[in-house]
Amino acid sequence: MTNHWVDFRNADVILIMGSNPASNHPVSFKWIQEAVDKRGARILCVDPRFTQSAAKAHVYAPIRSGTDIAFLGGMIKYIIDNNLYFDEYVKNYTNASFLVNPAFKLPGDNNGVFSGLEGAKYNKDTWTYQTGKDGVILKDATLQDPNCVFQLLKKQYSRYDVELVSKITGTPKDKLLEVYKEYASTGRPDRAGVELYAMGWTQHTVGTQNIRTMCIIQLLLGNIGIAGGGVAAMRGESNVQGSTDHGLLFHIWPGYLGTPTASLPTLKAYNEKRTPKTAEKNSLNWWKNFPKYSASFLRSMFGLNASLEEAYAMMPKLDDGMNCSWLQIFNEMYKGKFTGFFAWGMNPACSGAHSNKVRAALGKLDWMVNVNLFDNETGSFWRGPGMDPKKIKTEVFMLPCASSIEKEGSLANSGRLQQWRYKAVNPPGVALPDGDIMSEIFFKVKELYAKQPGAFKDPIMKLTWPYGKKTVAGHFHYDPRMVAAEINGFFLEDKKVEIPNKKGEFKEFKKGDLVPTFAWLQDDGSTSSGCWIYSGSVSDKGILPMRRGLKDPTGIGLYPEWAWSWPVNRRIIYNGASVDPNGKPWDPKRAVISWDGTKWVGDVPDGAGDPGSGRPPFIMKPDGVASLFGPGLADGPFPEHYEPLECPVEKNLMSPQKSNPVIKRFDKPGVGSDMDVYSGVGSCDPRYPFICSTYRVSEHWQTGVLTRWCPWLAEMQPGMFVEMSVELAREKGIMNGDKVIVKSPRGQVECTAIVTPRFKPFNIDGNTIHEVGIPWHFGWITTKDRKYQPGDKKAEVFTFGDAANLLTPTIGDANTMIPESKAFMVNVIKK
Amino acid sequence: MDVSRRGFLKISGAVLAASGLGVSLKPVSAYAQPLKIKYAKETTTICPYCSVGCSIIVSTRQGKVVNTEGDPDSPINKGSLCSKGGSIYQMAVNENRLGKPLYREPYGTEWKEVDWEWAFEKIAENIKNSRDASFKVTNEKGELVNRTEGIASVGSAAMDLEECFTYQKFLRSLGLVYIEHQARI
Repeated sequence: MTNHWVDFRNADVILIMGSNPASNHPVSFKWIQEAVDKRGARILCVDPRFTQSAAKAHVYAPIRSGTDIAFLGGMIKYIIDNNLYFDEYVKNYTNASFLVNPAFKLPGDNNGVFSGLEGAKYNKDTWTYQTGKDGVILKDATLQDPNCVFQLLKKQYSRYDVELVSKITGTPKDKLLEVYKEYASTGRPDRAGVELYAMGWTQHTVGTQNIRTMCIIQLLLGNIGIAGGGVAAMRGESNVQGSTDHGLLFHIWPGYLGTPTASLPTLKAYNEKRTPKTAEKNSLNWWKNFPKYSASFLRSMFGLNASLEEAYAMMPKLDDGMNCSWLQIFNEMYKGKFTGFFAWGMNPACSGAHSNKVRAALGKLDWMVNVNLFDNETGSFWRGPGMDPKKIKTEVFMLPCASSIEKEGSLANSGRLQQWRYKAVNPPGVALPDGDIMSEIFFKVKELYAKQPGAFKDPIMKLTWPYGKKTVAGHFHYDPRMVAAEINGFFLEDKKVEIPNKKGEFKEFKKGDLVPTFAWLQDDGSTSSGCWIYSGSVSDKGILPMRRGLKDPTGIGLYPEWAWSWPVNRRIIYNGASVDPNGKPWDPKRAVISWDGTKWVGDVPDGAGDPGSGRPPFIMKPDGVASLFGPGLADGPFPEHYEPLECPVEKNLMSPQKSNPVIKRFDKPGVGSDMDVYSGVGSCDPRYPFICSTYRVSEHWQTGVLTRWCPWLAEMQPGMFVEMSVELAREKGIMNGDKVIVKSPRGQVECTAIVTPRFKPFNIDGNTIHEVGIPWHFGWITTKDRKYQPGDKKAEVFTFGDAANLLTPTIGDANTMIPESKAFMVNVIKK
Repeated sequence: MDVSRRGFLKISGAVLAASGLGVSLKPVSAYAQPLKIKYAKETTTICPYCSVGCSIIVSTRQGKVVNTEGDPDSPINKGSLCSKGGSIYQMAVNENRLGKPLYREPYGTEWKEVDWEWAFEKIAENIKNSRDASFKVTNEKGELVNRTEGIASVGSAAMDLEECFTYQKFLRSLGLVYIEHQARI
């Protein structure tokens, strides 16, 4: 999230699209409602279903799942055609004026794809800028050059006229125009608009581009960096921001340092490759500091037990182009690649797309470790529906861990706010905190390698682990406070360091001193920091995420002394763009930062040089400005509408290219498995005529792995249902409350039918298209009719039904490989 | 009569409303409050469910959770909680929580309770066997990769930040590259 939850109250227009905060982030609605009550803010809700958020909105516009880029592309056209963009912001703070390679071609001139498509991959040679002899990008400040980004943007979305958009999305034309008009009203300096999204945007084969389209709109309207603005990624788990920040993904180390690849044999080569360079003379290019962060991270792994180059060599590397993402893991597991597997605090047997494939894959392992609070469909997969335990070799360890109130530690919410929580009680039985469990396993592995021969021992033997001590009982007690300090970082030797931004002035540090902020980290191995963006979270004042101060000096709800926010306690990132090039807030009534004559006051300034210095504010981009043209993505520098892989239409009405051309198709020979089947890809499949989308309810969380075991919650939402329109129910002879089977080519789930006017059939280019929706919180372990053995835990309130993901396909977004769970094809049959 | 705090307030409020007295509820609430959480120890926590980050007060007495409620000091939730956040009492006070390590042997048909020590040792042996059998020093091009290809991990956004850092450290020291979690789904 660029801003934070409380900041919703500062918005004039709140667009809820790709999310349903009233149900899924309920307390956030406190601030949405405050914006409505106190500022007269307007809520616009765009969703295939009339959700609880829609019920609170001033304008509700229905949309067919998977057509968001068409909807928003139409808004870009509306904003440009009606001159509603924030001219000064666009000219100064975006790459609108940059001149693009004349050989670059837009999909409208190139059969629906960008120039450079080779097979299922783009050659990006034409996705470049024109540069002068000095390497500086050529620009046209008047935005008139036909090759400038602004003109290309205008041309790209000139195809997205409202008639065509309405045919694709099924949104009535008047509703499109209402949303466009109201949202575009925030293009003035004294108006702010925020967009709230969640998995409704990410879980598509064009997920990243959905969000890109909205970023383009927010930049055109000058809504990034300001109070009441931004793009709010409302994340699904309490610490999924923190776990991502800390590199629990194949492609990043902590702090978003890209995982090294095999073609970068040395730390020097890695740093050179990953440190962006720029010829733009005023650009700060913050990532120029990359070598300081990589060196400090390597120190947090091995301390002084290895030189930086040795440490780098010990770290595991990917082959160039190697993808080890979620769908790939279960694909490889199904094919027998892995002997061992950790499902730690996770329930992939229900949360993984194509759960039947996931469940089959678990049976191909030699061993699995599952750490959880309750029995679950993953740990117990071998005794699940259709499984014969006597034929499943997988050895399984199900380890009981402490819940969040049975240990202490911190977590980061969607607003990047790191808050501490404390231990209230002991865990049940002999359950242990996750930190204790991983420590004990690590020590046992290390002991084995110390005693026996084995593969490359160095990284295990040289790893540092100063995170606690053995208790009297001989058990290791993991101390999160010591880890918090490790993440913040230390000086590893006495060192005199030049003060950032003060040339010629120095400060002395002693070995063991905490690093004040990441600006002090060094590239020579003299500092360590586990995750550079969290540097500054622990100081001689203590662990700042523990703070409970309630001062609000700006009056806009930043609460700078409540806990701690990364980076450097900044509450609204990109806030350098909330002021004009002379340093004056665009909207003085809602100032995030302002210049008091000698210094910035308000939020911790982001990228703001001294007023009038000419420094562009988007300092994490090499050229200092935000990207309307984004050549970094796999599927195009501008978003383009493509149909979901499984879709209810014969053709993409926008172009001859039906689906995203660079997605990885698991039904191709040699890629996926015999279980990977799709429907309605080339042509509509009459066996699966309805669109299906998954979603959540307030009373459950994720796969229900915790909430199904809590009787209060299970009573309120007891089982699997399918929501469908009155029209569809009539067509299928289904009554409200009937038991029905929802079926895809990959599986089926029994559901209770909820017949409701919340869904309406779509008119797609003259055809009636139905969409249904299912929650994804259920699983067989808490059901009444499964087999119970003596000693089995039995839910106090049983739930009904199995996982929604039994239906979803193995197909992912072209950039992130997040599965397309929000638009796939099913049938609904009365039982 | 066993009356919960909320029930007591409801009854008191109804009595006051019926009697038509314009009496403030404040003293009543001050009197009612100690009933459930009297002598209880309070700690704060952050809700483990969605990503809003609501603060919750956990009241414990003699090592048992007796009450959980929204923390009115938090500028984020100001005491409010949703149905899930309001139920975290049941996550701690719940007979169905796993309290012992469980083990299922290959081709086994049931769980067996095991000791931690036994489980840790056996898991460590498994890790070493899988790692030793699948460790690649170089790839097909002869480039240095130092990775373990035979083990994968998913998890976890359900852990604390510090544990996430430590977990990635553990996995990468083993040479894992197949490292994923909830953020990808």
